[in-house]
Amino acid sequence: MSAVTFLTRTRGRRALDWTDWLSYVYLALGLFLMFGPVLWLVMSSFKTESALTEFPPSFLPYGQKQVMVPGEDKPRPVYRVKLPDGSVRELPELRRIGLMATHVDPARPDEPIRVNINDREPVREFRLATENYSDLGGKFNFGLYLWNSVFITVVATILTLLFNSMAAFALSKYQFRGRGGVFLLILGTLMVPPAIVLVPNFLVVAELGLLNSLWGVIWPAVATPTGVFLLRQYMLTIPDELLEAARMDHASEWRIYWRIVLPLSAPALAVLAIFSTMWRWNDFLWPLIVLSKSEKFTLQLALNAFQGDLVTQWNYLLAMTVITLLPITLVFAFLQKYIAQGIASAGVK
Amino acid sequence: MRQDARTPWFFLGPNLFIFGVFTFLPIVINLYYAFTGGVQLYPRDRPYVGFENLATLLDCGSYFDPSSCRKDIFWRAVWNTARFSVFQVSLMVLFSLGTALVLNRKIIGRGFWRGVYFYPVLLSPVVVALIWKWVLQREGLLNAGMVAAGANPVLWLAEPGWAFFWVIFVSIWAHMGFYTLILLAGLQAIPADLYEAAQMDRASPWRTLYRITLPLLLPNLLVVLVLAAIRAVQIFDEVFVLTGGGPGSATTFVVQFIYQTGFQEQVRLYGLAAAGSLLLALALVVLTLIQLRATRADKAGERAR
Repeated sequence: MSAVTFLTRTRGRRALDWTDWLSYVYLALGLFLMFGPVLWLVMSSFKTESALTEFPPSFLPYGQKQVMVPGEDKPRPVYRVKLPDGSVRELPELRRIGLMATHVDPARPDEPIRVNINDREPVREFRLATENYSDLGGKFNFGLYLWNSVFITVVATILTLLFNSMAAFALSKYQFRGRGGVFLLILGTLMVPPAIVLVPNFLVVAELGLLNSLWGVIWPAVATPTGVFLLRQYMLTIPDELLEAARMDHASEWRIYWRIVLPLSAPALAVLAIFSTMWRWNDFLWPLIVLSKSEKFTLQLALNAFQGDLVTQWNYLLAMTVITLLPITLVFAFLQKYIAQGIASAGVK
Repeated sequence: MRQDARTPWFFLGPNLFIFGVFTFLPIVINLYYAFTGGVQLYPRDRPYVGFENLATLLDCGSYFDPSSCRKDIFWRAVWNTARFSVFQVSLMVLFSLGTALVLNRKIIGRGFWRGVYFYPVLLSPVVVALIWKWVLQREGLLNAGMVAAGANPVLWLAEPGWAFFWVIFVSIWAHMGFYTLILLAGLQAIPADLYEAAQMDRASPWRTLYRITLPLLLPNLLVVLVLAAIRAVQIFDEVFVLTGGGPGSATTFVVQFIYQTGFQEQVRLYGLAAAGSLLLALALVVLTLIQLRATRADKAGERAR
């Protein structure tokens, strides 16, 4: 059987043959390649700074074992120590001066044992370096960056849903002169490459006093042609009779929109909300241009800026990256089906 | 009850206003920037220089040799973008097609496997770049594998050739799931009885692929190719974070040139950046026209058949 046969077979009732196994191998490879690097990122984010410099790296995060010693207020690192009488024991270190270290048996804290550092090695155990995460709030303005990202994403999504649904409502439920023109206009917006409006938008945003403001990132982003088309497509399926009936009951147009059309469009609104959340959370180039003060940085900008010129503190950078990808991962885990459906239907159209 | 003719405009208002202020007006302003010089941001402070910006960008001994150009970094970016687009789009569409064909088979948990390929599409470009930057570190995972296999570690992102390769790789990794989805939807729209009829006629698998699957998938393939090309030509985010355009200018692409020229340099040459964006837009218009031509030719072919 040729490779072409393997590729062209579609669904059908038959026993599993080697082409099926090959498919699953390909899919398993895909799983490894797509999820593997992310898993590696998460694993690495739980390693201490020194553990990260080890080569070759271990898969699981290991840290040096630590125990409490009576008389000491902080846990002490444990080493495997070769004693003068030849035996090997695991003992915590009290202190180290030069080549000599003082260890002690916690059961007998009054009998210090002096050992040459060449006669010992650290005891390692599986340890999650959660301080990579907990330090983020204190040492770096992580909470601030998180807030900026969340603010932009939430506010922009709400405005996007509102403005786009209003426009879609007008385009789907009204006949008016110029409707075709507006439609083409919005379609045209879809074709405009962002690079063309970078410089002039900078001017516009500066003139509006929105430079270095989160609103300077929000406002340009809330009118999306994709959103309008997506919602319009869905609203076309809402029967006009419902609107006519409401009009006969003397309902205002706004009420019709707000009380009838909008709730009925909930599935499409949900898809747009997911898209908008993704787009705004992941925005990079435009915020990079608008926000130059670091206290206004979004998570994406902070991640980028955190790569130092000389030394990058990878343990913190990795932890920040994991937190940044967490929301989208949760969305993916629970809502993947809807996103896929939304894209597939848009693509087929 | 007659509808008030103003009502639809009221509902369209906010959207159109935003489009106007942040898309249509800026397009006009961009033209103004492209034809003015100086370093001032405010248009009234900028002197009119006509085609000088465009001339600077297009001033080359030979267009194929960036070092013979006045703005050599622009032409390096252009050729980098061209090479990147050709390789990235063709390879990515190939992989997406293959994956879609595999996913179209009767497999358990198709939704899950589709999601596997789709996950990287959702990640932000910054996260994508950092994930791979970490893997490609000198003491990173890939080099650990190299050493384990007996080879020497490589400074992946410090060598121009490899940096370019990885930019293509990472970009395919991050986007192929999206196109796989579109192609899969297209494949699933092909009626099964066509395949059954082909089997009954004892058509060879190659013929089935060539005569049934690919022709019926052609519209989707064209859409995917053009979408991918339009996106490839405008690549910026993940490359900027992964390599910063380096080493040197090995992975500098056109959008980064525009960003650098207009916003990163000490002397901000807004006019040059705007002119560069016009040339980019020209390339995109050409791509879109090719797409329109191709879909129209395909439709004409269908009618003739």
